[in-house]
Amino acid sequence: MKREVRLVDVTLRDGSHAVSHSFTKEQAAGIARGLDESGVDIIEISHGDGLGGSSINYGRSGTPEMELIDAVSGVVKNARLGALLLPGIGTIRNLEEAYDHGVRALRVATHVTEADVAIQHIRVAKEKGMFVCGFLMMVHMAEPDKILEQARIFEEAGADYVNLADSAGHLTPDEVRRRISVLREGLHIPVGFHAHNNLGLAIANSLAAIEEGASYIDGSLRGLGAGAGNAQMEVLQAVLQQSGIQSRANLDRLLEVAEKEVQPIMHRPQVIDTDSLMLGYAGVYSSFLLHAKRASKQFGVTTKDVLMELGRRKMVGGQEDMIVDVAYELSQNRK
Amino acid sequence: MEKVGVAIIGPGNIGSDLMYKIRRSKYLEMKVMAGIVESEGIKRARGLGIETTINGISDILDRRDIKIVFDATGAKAHLKHAPLLREAGKIAIDMTPAAVGPYVVPCVNLALLSNEMNFNMVTCGGQATVPIAYAINQAADSIYTEIVSCISSKSAGPGTRANIDEFTETTARALEQVAGADQGKAIIVLNPAEPPLMMTNTIYSIVRNPDGEKIAAAVSAIVDEIRKYVPGYKLRTQPIIDDHKVTVIVEVEGAGDFLPKYAGNLDIINAAAVEVAEKLAAERFGG
Repeated sequence: MKREVRLVDVTLRDGSHAVSHSFTKEQAAGIARGLDESGVDIIEISHGDGLGGSSINYGRSGTPEMELIDAVSGVVKNARLGALLLPGIGTIRNLEEAYDHGVRALRVATHVTEADVAIQHIRVAKEKGMFVCGFLMMVHMAEPDKILEQARIFEEAGADYVNLADSAGHLTPDEVRRRISVLREGLHIPVGFHAHNNLGLAIANSLAAIEEGASYIDGSLRGLGAGAGNAQMEVLQAVLQQSGIQSRANLDRLLEVAEKEVQPIMHRPQVIDTDSLMLGYAGVYSSFLLHAKRASKQFGVTTKDVLMELGRRKMVGGQEDMIVDVAYELSQNRK
Repeated sequence: MEKVGVAIIGPGNIGSDLMYKIRRSKYLEMKVMAGIVESEGIKRARGLGIETTINGISDILDRRDIKIVFDATGAKAHLKHAPLLREAGKIAIDMTPAAVGPYVVPCVNLALLSNEMNFNMVTCGGQATVPIAYAINQAADSIYTEIVSCISSKSAGPGTRANIDEFTETTARALEQVAGADQGKAIIVLNPAEPPLMMTNTIYSIVRNPDGEKIAAAVSAIVDEIRKYVPGYKLRTQPIIDDHKVTVIVEVEGAGDFLPKYAGNLDIINAAAVEVAEKLAAERFGG
C-alpha cells in the first residue's frame, strides 16, 4: 500500500519567530504564491504565537497580521489558507476576523494537558465550515495515554484531525512512534506531526510519525521556524520521494521558492547552535530562543543557563515572560 | 461595632473560600450560604454552623439582616439575580463575568464608586495586575499595558476553561477602564507542573515618562496596599525600565483558607471581594 501524506507549510507562521515577526506583505505574498504552486495542502499564516499574538511578550508584528493574510489570500488558489490560534492569547473574535479575511483552515493549539480550553474555538470554527485541527504542544511533557485522552477532547469537539507538536524539539524517533501509534489506534480522525530540529531529528521524527500512520506533516521552507527550525519542507519532500511516500508537492518548485523567496530574507542561518541545542536537550519551548538570547544580554547571564533553568521550572509555551524572571533572578544571585 | 450581615449564593470552590474569609472578618458576619441543591458546599457550611438554604436567592431577598450578597454562581444567573438584589436594596458583589455593575479593584477605584449597588470583581488576573498597571500609569502615563497571567492548571476550574476568552477580554478592558492605559491586552497561560506553581503575573507597559524612581515608588506603595488584604502578594522583580518599556513581575501566594496556597488566582479575587465588602460595611452601615 502506498502511503500518502498532506503537507502543512508553516514558513509564514512558525517562520515568523525566526524573523522576529517582521514579514512584509510582499514577502508573504511571494512565499505563499510559490508554496501554492508547489502543491502543499495547507499554507499557515499568522503571528508565530497564533492570531492576536502580536505583543510585548511574544514580539510585535511588523505588519498587522490581517494585512499579511489579505496579501496572501489573493494569491492562494489551490491550497487551504490556514491560521493558528492559541486560546488564552487569541480569541474567537480573532478567529472570526481571520475567517472574514479568507482563512479557511484553523489549528487550535493548547499545551498537551489543556485541550479543553480549545473546545469553544473548535466549535465556532466548525460552525463556520472551516477545516479544523486540534493541536497539542510540548508533547514530550506527557505520556501517550494522557495525550490520547486530550486528543479525544479535540475529536469530540469536532476537530478534523489532531496534530502533535514536539515544540521543544526534544523527542527521539522512538518517542514519536510511541505517541503517534497510540493516537492512531485510539482516534477515529487522522493524526499529524510538527517537528523542531533542535536535536537534528526533525526529518527523522517526521518520517517516524508517517511510518506510524501520521498523515499530516508540518514543514517550512529552509526550516524557517522557532529554535533550530522545523522539518525543512524541501528536504522533507525529497525524503518522501526517496521513501516512496506520496504527497501533492513538487520538489523543484519547493526548491525554487526556498531559494528565491525565503533564503534572501533570513536573519540568520537556520542551524543548530549551542542555544537551540539546549532547547531540545532541556525540553524548552523553541520560541523562547531569541527572547532568551536578548534577556541574557540585558542581564549579563548566559543563554544556556537561562534555558536550563526554564526547563527545570517546567515552563510551557507562552511563558516568555518567565525568561526575564529567570534572567533577572540569575543576575541577582550572582551579585 | 455591630458586624454587617452577608450571604453567599453559590457554594462552590469560590463560595466556600469566601465563607472562610468572611468568618475571619471583623466587620462582616456570615449569615447564609445559598445553593440550589444539597451539595458538598452546603454541607460544609452547615458543618460550620452556618445557616443554609437550597432555594437559591429567594430566601435571601426578604432578610433584613443581610445587607451584602456575594454572587459566586455564574454570569447567566447573576443577570437574573442583579435586579432582584437591587430591588431588595442589597449590595451585590459579583464574582461572575456578568459585569452588570462597574469593575472594582479595591485599592484603585473603590472610593470612586460611592453610590453603586453592584460591584463586579473583574477577573483573578485583573485583581493581580490592575493595581500595578494603575501605579505605573499614575507615575509614567501608559500608552499600552499588557499583562501575562500564569495560573496552575489545577486552579483553573471548568468555568474559566470553557470561557477563556472572557478572561482575556475582561482583563484587557479593566487595564483600560480601571488602570487607565490607553490600550490594554491580556494573555493567560495554564501550567500543569507538579507540584503546582504559584500564580505569576507580568505587567508590561509602554509609557510616556519613564522616570524609574517615580515608577518604583508608585509600584512599591500600591504593593503595600494590596498586601493589606492579600498578604501573599509580592514583587518577583523590581520594576525593570528599558527605554519606554516597564516590566514588573508579581507572584500571588494564596492564604490557604479553603483553597490550596498555589491557587493565588482564586485567593486574590476573593480577598479583594471581601475587602470591598468590609470597606462598604464601614462606610455605609457605620461599621
